[in-house]
This record gives sequence, structure tokens and C-alpha cells, in this order.
Amino acid sequence: MNRISVNTAWCKGCGICAAFCPVKVFTQERDGTPVPEYQERCTGCKLCVLRCPDFAIQLEVSGDEPK
Amino acid sequence: MPEMKYDDYLVKSRMPLFWCSGCGNGIVLGAILRAFAKLQLDRHNTVVVTGIGCWGKADDYINTNTFHGTHGRALGFATGIKLANPELKVIALMGDGDGATIGGNHLIHAARRNVDITAIVVNNFNYGMTGGQYSGTTLEETYTTTSQFGHIESAFDLCRLVEAAGAPYVARSHVLNVIQLEGFITEAIRKKGFSFVEALSPCPTHYGRHNGMKTAPKMMQWIKENAITLKEAEKKPQAEWENKFVIGKFTDKESVDYSTRYEAVMALAEASVSKGVSEREG
Ligand SMILES: Cc1ncc(C[n+]2csc(CCOP(=O)(O)OP(=O)(O)O)c2C)c(N)n1
Ligand code: SF4
Ligand code: SF4
Ligand code: SF4
Repeated sequence: MNRISVNTAWCKGCGICAAFCPVKVFTQERDGTPVPEYQERCTGCKLCVLRCPDFAIQLEVSGDEPK
Repeated sequence: MPEMKYDDYLVKSRMPLFWCSGCGNGIVLGAILRAFAKLQLDRHNTVVVTGIGCWGKADDYINTNTFHGTHGRALGFATGIKLANPELKVIALMGDGDGATIGGNHLIHAARRNVDITAIVVNNFNYGMTGGQYSGTTLEETYTTTSQFGHIESAFDLCRLVEAAGAPYVARSHVLNVIQLEGFITEAIRKKGFSFVEALSPCPTHYGRHNGMKTAPKMMQWIKENAITLKEAEKKPQAEWENKFVIGKFTDKESVDYSTRYEAVMALAEASVSKGVSEREG
């Protein structure tokens, strides 16, 4: 399974990752912090990584080197 | 040079970024750093030049040589840097206020001269840093701090402007289309001559808030819904797309850049001087 982690020291809870993930992997805490609750759906498209304005998302695609 | 990854160009000690939550600047910054990595730019041979503004702070986070100039004058400094040392890769980062409003004259003349610089304008439709006043790209009838009853001016179409001024590379994308944006930035940096990329981007704090889009995703969705590709636009009558954001590559051609022409004219001048000297002495 792909592994998503959020660097909460850099994340500002803007909601971009949650709003635009094509398969709706994320839910958000009340302060906006994303939680990759449905990680098993992740296709590894990396769009959340590329669109995060705060460089806060790390994605490890299974079988891939860490990005 | 060891292989550079995109985050090798990022000044991590300055993180987290100073920009507001959801500000699109960070997405454009990421696209630029990935383009740098794709091109394996030599940090010591690259100069990022900025003016002043929220986007103008981007140089704080970039690990190459940087030059933080004055508001509206990034291209003036960038031109000087390029002429002094044509070997350098020079990239100018400007907001729409910085690059296209107070600095609009520098923009058209740098394009006309075809100075070998890549200009990347983040267009968030207002002056973000100073509190959301209207700029030269604020859309007609929209609201800003200084147009509370609706803006009465029409907006510059920056790509068409720069294209008309003669730039050999001109493209526009938006931050949701970050892969396309990164591609345009990469091509622009590769291009010899004046290259221009406009990135439409959310400023949720000011422009968004004044126009019913308090969050970044809302403003990004709005940009997307009002965008049309250049290919689609070309097939339709102008009335159907003239109020939309046309996305795509407007120009990509070859044209001899300023430094090359300058070198050639200097060679002519030097030959003429030495001929004059030998005639006088002969
Ligand atoms: C000569 C001069 N005039 C005005 C200012 C004040 N000023 C600082 S930033 C700015 C606007 C920045 O807007 P923009 O370029 O659109 O960038 P953004 O902050 O939206 O990224 C202005 C007017 C200044 N610093 N210098
Ligand atoms: S896009 Fe980035 S900064 Fe925004 S909520 Fe997601 S992880 Fe946080
Ligand atoms: S990589 Fe793609 S599918 Fe996976 S969480 Fe990010 S946006 Fe969603
Ligand atoms: S004021 Fe606007 S442009 Fe400036 S950091 Fe905030 S969101 Fe970005």
C-alpha cells in the first residue's frame, strides 16, 4: 500500500490536498489538518504532493523509492 | 555536480513558508524547484531575481544565487545581471502588481529587447502583501480593498501583452494544473531569449475573501471553472471565451537574444575601431 505522511510542522491546513485528491483519501481535522484516512484508495498519482503549497506531504508509493 | 533533487534547491531552514494558508505561491515555488531539478541547474550559475511582494519573498526559500530588488524593478536588475554576465541563468519572479502594474514598462521592454531571462509572474489578481488593493490584472467588476463597489477597469491579458512585445516564449497555466505549469516553466528556462510564464494562483486572504472564495480550494476551483484551453478557444468565436482565462502556450519560437546581438555589434564596433587605428597608423 502507498504511504502518505503529513509534516504537521509545515502544513497549514489549507485543505487543497483533501479537496482535489481524485479518490478522496483525506479527511480533515477541525483545524484543517489532513488525515489520510482512506490510504488504501491512493493511486500514487502524487497530485497532492505537487499541489501542497507547503511541501508538507510525503508519499511512498509501494514498490517505489521514497519520494 | 552530484545529482540535485528538487528539495536540494529549497532552503529548509527557513520553513515553514511565510505565506498564508492556501496561498498558491508555494505551489509555484514547488513547480520551479522541480523544473530546476529536471534541468539540473547549477546553483552557482543561476540567479533568481525578485521584486517586492508576497511572491517577491520566494527568493528567501531558493538555494541558488538570489537578488532581492525593489518593487517593480526585478526585470531591470535581471537585465543588468544578464548583460554583465551572459553565462548566468537568470530567472525573475514577480507578482502581478510587481511585474505587470508598477513594473509593466520593464516587462514590455525586456520582452521587446529579447533579453535572455525567464520571467515568472504569479497572478493572484491583486496586491497581496499590502492588503489586497487592485492591480493591473484585477478583473472588471470584482471586489478588492480599493474597489469595494466593483472594479471599473479592465484587466491586462499579460500573455497577449508580452507576446505582442515580441517575446519568443509565452505561456499561461494555473496552480491546480501544476504538472502543466512545471512543464511550461521548464521549457521557458530552456528557451534562449525572453520567456514568460504566468501562473494564475489563489490569494484566499484578500482577493478570495472579497469575492466569496475564502478558501484556497474555492479560488482554485473558480480559476479552473473559468479556464479554457487555447486549443478550445481557437475553435470558438471570441465572444465565448473573451472573459475566460485562456490556458496554454501562446508562442514558442526562435529569435536571436539581446546578448548575442550585443556581442555581434560589439565585434563590429571593435573591428571598425582597429581598422581606423591601422589606417591612421598605416
Ligand atoms: C516603490 C514601491 N511602491 C510601493 C510599495 C509597496 N508595495 C509592497 S508589495 C506591493 C504589492 C505587491 O503585490 P504583487 O506584486 O501583486 O505581489 P503579491 O504580494 O500579491 O504576491 C506594494 C504596492 C513598495 N514596496 N515600493
Ligand atoms: S495541501 Fe499541504 S498544507 Fe494544505 S492541508 Fe494539505 S498537507 Fe496541509
Ligand atoms: S497520491 Fe493521488 S490518490 Fe494518493 S492521496 Fe495523493 S492525490 Fe490522492
Ligand atoms: S496575502 Fe495573499 S498573496 Fe500574500 S501570502 Fe497571503 S494569500 Fe498569499
